Amino acid sequence: MRFTLHIWRQENARAKGHFETYEIDNISPDCSFLEMLDILNERLINDRIAHPVCFDNDCREGICGMCGLYINGRPHGNDDGITTCQLHMRKFHDGDDIWIEPWRAKAFPIIRDLVVDRSAFDKIIQAGGYISTTTGGVPDANSIPIPKHKADMAMDAASCIGCGACVAACKNASAMLFVGAKVSHLALLPQGKIEAADRVKRMVAKMDELGFGNCTNTYACEAECPKLIKRQNISRLNRQWIASLFGRDRNS
Amino acid sequence: MKLDPKIPNGPLAEKWTKYKATQKLVNPANKRKLDIIVVGTGLAGASAAASLGAMGFNVDIFCIQDSPRRAHSIAAQGGINAAKNYQNDGDSVERLFRDTIKGGDYRAREANVYRLAEVSGAIIDQCVAQGVPFARDYGGLLDNRSFGGAQVSRTFYAKGQTGQQLLLGAYGALSREINRGTVRFHERCEMMDLVIKDGRARGIIVRNLVTGDLERFAAHAVVLATGGYGNLYYLSTNAMNSNGSAAWVCHRKGAAFANPCYVQIHPTCIPVHGDYQSKLTLMSESLRNDGRIWVPKKKEDAEAIRAGKLRANDIREEDRDYYLERRYPAFGNLVPRDVASRAAKERCDAGYGVGTGYAVYLDFADAIRRLGKEAISEKYGNLFQMYQKITDENPYETPMMIYPAIHYTMGGLWVDYELQTTIPGLFAAGEANFSDHGANRLGASALMQGLADGYFVLPYTLQNYLADQINVGKITTEGAEFDEAENNVRQRFERLLKTSGKHSVDFYHKKLGKLMWEYCGMARNTESLTKAKQLVAALEEDFWKDVFVPGTANEFNPELEKACRLEDYFELAQLVIADAMHREESCGGHFRTEHQTADGETLRDDEHFMYVAAWEYQGHHQPETMEKEPLNYEHIHIATRNYK
Ligand SMILES: Cc1cc2nc3c(=O)[nH]c(=O)nc-3n(C[C@H](O)[C@H](O)[C@H](O)COP(=O)(O)OP(=O)(O)OC[C@H]3O[C@@H](n4cnc5c(N)ncnc54)[C@H](O)[C@@H]3O)c2cc1C
Ligand code: SF4
Ligand code: FES
Repeated sequence: MRFTLHIWRQENARAKGHFETYEIDNISPDCSFLEMLDILNERLINDRIAHPVCFDNDCREGICGMCGLYINGRPHGNDDGITTCQLHMRKFHDGDDIWIEPWRAKAFPIIRDLVVDRSAFDKIIQAGGYISTTTGGVPDANSIPIPKHKADMAMDAASCIGCGACVAACKNASAMLFVGAKVSHLALLPQGKIEAADRVKRMVAKMDELGFGNCTNTYACEAECPKLIKRQNISRLNRQWIASLFGRDRNS
Repeated sequence: MKLDPKIPNGPLAEKWTKYKATQKLVNPANKRKLDIIVVGTGLAGASAAASLGAMGFNVDIFCIQDSPRRAHSIAAQGGINAAKNYQNDGDSVERLFRDTIKGGDYRAREANVYRLAEVSGAIIDQCVAQGVPFARDYGGLLDNRSFGGAQVSRTFYAKGQTGQQLLLGAYGALSREINRGTVRFHERCEMMDLVIKDGRARGIIVRNLVTGDLERFAAHAVVLATGGYGNLYYLSTNAMNSNGSAAWVCHRKGAAFANPCYVQIHPTCIPVHGDYQSKLTLMSESLRNDGRIWVPKKKEDAEAIRAGKLRANDIREEDRDYYLERRYPAFGNLVPRDVASRAAKERCDAGYGVGTGYAVYLDFADAIRRLGKEAISEKYGNLFQMYQKITDENPYETPMMIYPAIHYTMGGLWVDYELQTTIPGLFAAGEANFSDHGANRLGASALMQGLADGYFVLPYTLQNYLADQINVGKITTEGAEFDEAENNVRQRFERLLKTSGKHSVDFYHKKLGKLMWEYCGMARNTESLTKAKQLVAALEEDFWKDVFVPGTANEFNPELEKACRLEDYFELAQLVIADAMHREESCGGHFRTEHQTADGETLRDDEHFMYVAAWEYQGHHQPETMEKEPLNYEHIHIATRNYK
């Protein structure tokens, strides 16, 4: 297959960025999107055309959350429930123009080309996205039975990979889906209830401080989330947050 | 070099208890004055740093990626073992210990393995307390599944994302310590060298991957938790940034490297389909609980399938060869990985492979008939989806195609019972050490080991080491040792950036991987290893003549990162080959075709090879010297590994 690629190039955080166009040919439809970029880079290196295009990636199987490209106006490209590394060229048409950009959000500054700094997500988690435990001295794992459907719901919320697509998809660059997923995961479990009120307050305050926008309920985040994290997690976050203001501990 | 495994004396089951009762302690006020560097934020690194931070030590932790949560541990799918005996199926610490020793083909250290089994239960307790959403049954209690090499159900899991959930648990604990200020986290920082002062590990040089700056960090002790070197083979199930370099720079500085030839080949991965391919995706071992592996019984059928004239579902039941069930009736599809991998290779080499010829079927039709599509989707939904996205085929309707691929490295830095390497003050945990898995790791045991090392072993043993360090005072980043280490790194960059050849780093990495897979992969012999040795040397020469590393060292430059790692792989490859060559026996993942039984099983030579081979670096291109740590089995009765 053959494609015309328009790729955002930006040398570093301070430099001005621009789109650069590259033609690429002989791409197998079974090739993954990132492998297609590997092939492009190989050529940029061999023919001394330009510095290879920088993009983040690691596991290449949709679990580490490291990859994330804004492709033809959609985070992670034109397929549902997948990350960029799971996108395959068979999803495109021969001869397509493909526009490739980094995540764009104030809280995610660009490092180089398509690589952005998502450490703001870590900072939100550090503000309280955990259950306080110290190693050792915990009860037997089966001492607290948890209803299966609750455990399953917690698991679904916990599958967030921290990729940032929800922020990139949102016109306000809001992180509510990401934060909602973590708050829900922990609040749904008995172990997590004890700190629930404090947790939600601290995480939301940190999110605001770091420059993420407000949620205006358009749910572009849900539509683009590779792990199909549901909007109900945002509702639960809101309920928890309101309850925390009144010092009540509402957990469902 | 003197190897002292420091195994406490006394009966096996009491060693660890005794160690803990008599180890030296550091009082709370002094803990704050002791600095620890942890390299790596995978299960081993994150759990160690979180535990040490909570104890009151002053910790700095580093990783290559942009967040601790990205470490390769996140990708582990199937599960984690623990001897909880929640299923009342006869499990016990003793049985998990025995299964692990046997699974490792009697090439692991008894005392370490016993301790691993002993602390396994506490890991599950810890994770549940952190909020890890393990799968549960309808009564609300924890569910289990079976993994290869075991006849009990002791594997805990969280859908097909167990590693993710365990790592997020450890990441949560780590985040809490970062928030409390006991741990400082450094993202996108790659360790480039180890600094040794007065014979002890005292610091590291890291490259800030965003700015390119070299930075120095000093500490009283260094913990390496940097994962395995499976990517030596280029195509593997490991993440792109997984590498062997941190361990290798320590090896260059004097840390012994043990059993490098023990690499694990996982039987169930999505087969190779093109040269542009960058990685192989694992289909979890847990699938073998319900999937049945087969190839056509008749060669004509296999040929017709390869030619696209027949499809899997066209082959009648009686024309299918469920070769694992046929050869190993007792364990069937759940034989250990090395056994299953070789059996697949044997069938494909004999001409019965499907797909490109290097693939076999993993079929769920029976399980779907028995349990319903819903139940299968509940258990393996995300794996099925992953498979479909990659191959464009629906595994609910047509069998998966799989083939073995490089997955895990049992070899690594040699460590004693305290997880200390041969360099005082340098500890290694998780996949980076030569670990507790002998010549073959059982499924769901790497997560167990990484967390055992980090949560329950290092907090004791590191403290024992640090108790003597209270009076040395703050370690600084000044001095000739730091200067020299930093200069070496700089010179290394210069050497690589001077190149102006025709090919990219990946071009060479692919070649190296392919030749290692071919000549030092699933089956090895004197001839293939001799060839591999020459080919690696020639490729390395060519690399220096014709590679091109673009850009500079003072910018975000992934090509430079890759070039450094590949440079180390050339040396590591030679060591893997030398180790494979010297080990004139077959055991676990190391299969020498000269040493096999009449029906193609591994043939160990306990009389001559019942030892750990620990190699010492002698300089670039110099043959390394080897020291033996004899394995004394006091508790277990040695037997042939039999899964029939
Ligand atoms: C696809 C897949 C599935 C698996 N499934 C299972 C399973 O179901 N059960 C099981 O028990 N095991 C499984 N394993 C094996 C298991 O996941 C790994 O062995 C284990 O997670 C390794 O953990 P670790 O902490 O030692 O290292 P890793 O998780 O690999 O972490 C390495 C860390 O070191 C850092 N690092 C590396 N080099 C440097 C450097 N130079 N400077 C700074 N930082 C560095 C990295 O950034 C990373 O943070 C699986 C492995 C794979 C590949
Ligand atoms: S909620 Fe979804 S889109 Fe947002 S970070 Fe998590 S996985 Fe990515
Ligand atoms: S590279 Fe890990 S999710 Fe894409």
